Amino acid sequence: MSTSFVLLGLLLERPKHGYELKKEHDHRLAGAKPLAYGQVYATLQRLERDGFAEVAETRQEGGPERAVYAITDAGRAELARWLDTVEPPAPYVASPLFARVAVAGKDADGYLVRQREAHLARMRELTAEKADGTPARVLAADYALQHLDADLRWIETALSRLKEETDA
Amino acid sequence: MLEARDLIKSYGRTRALTGASLHVEEGEIVAITGPSGSGKSTLLHCLAGIVRPESGEVLLDGRRIDTLDEPDLTRLRRESFGVVFQFGGLVPELTAAENVALPLLFNRHGRQESMTVAADWLARLEVSGCADQRSADLSGGQVQRVALARALATGPRVVFADEPTGALDSIGGEQVMKALVETARARRATVVLVTHDNRVAAYADREIALRDGAVLTGVGR
Repeated sequence: MSTSFVLLGLLLERPKHGYELKKEHDHRLAGAKPLAYGQVYATLQRLERDGFAEVAETRQEGGPERAVYAITDAGRAELARWLDTVEPPAPYVASPLFARVAVAGKDADGYLVRQREAHLARMRELTAEKADGTPARVLAADYALQHLDADLRWIETALSRLKEETDA
Repeated sequence: MLEARDLIKSYGRTRALTGASLHVEEGEIVAITGPSGSGKSTLLHCLAGIVRPESGEVLLDGRRIDTLDEPDLTRLRRESFGVVFQFGGLVPELTAAENVALPLLFNRHGRQESMTVAADWLARLEVSGCADQRSADLSGGQVQRVALARALATGPRVVFADEPTGALDSIGGEQVMKALVETARARRATVVLVTHDNRVAAYADREIALRDGAVLTGVGR
């Protein structure tokens, strides 16, 4: 999963401890699901096991001991490889949205109209968030908006096709 | 505030509107959406008093405007409405500032005053730099901002915008929409927007979806 690469990327700037990584992850990937602490530490341990990160020091500032992680040379190489890799264009046919229409067929139009409204309502929220968002938030909102827009255009095409089928 | 009841309008044998009804509240921003040929632009033109419907009613503050005679309708359009088209519709021989001043001059403001107000609006829309350029020499994004300034300069109660970002790329379109929405909200102006682009429609408070010349039930109000 890409979480380990995102953490490696965040370590590129300087060594960081788990809590810092979680905070930065949630900020940079605004709109994505916040990272659970458990997942941060599990991922760091895996990166350490694979030789991509190492504990640079342990700090104790009043609270419990905190391990500060640093990226290794092997980690840098692994990160560079990931950054250069093109994702296979996913067909998205497994989307629950498409699955409903595939199952319901001609009776899907009521669902599609409601789904269309839900999509547009979310697009309105994202557009409003962009008005005074940080650059990271605007980028995240753009990404979500354009994907929702692609869904919406498919919904509109599907509605037209279902209508043609019904009229025929 | 602005209302349409059962509008019907045909061009030749093509029925553009087949009984469209809607209601827009004061200060609301609505987007009329729908596939090409669904009657969006015709509906906007009927609401803005540019086209008269064959039957049905258009009301502003509860008063019919589709039955006004031409001079009264022209005055209403000039004083209460601002319109932005897809390709700006500026007068190419005039400078950006002169284009914005034009509707003020029509409304019998003095030349000096009109040019001052125009300069102020160009500044608000961040296109002061091209005030003295002929509008034919402006970029697409600049044209739409100048067109927006022209539509807003008279302090209209309703701004009608027909695909205002249709000729722009997505970032250019976003800047024009932001300017339109922010100014309209600040002045409590009502906006009726026609678009086929969902990302533009997402700037509105509400969507009025058209299909085959009528408002899709359950979506409009």
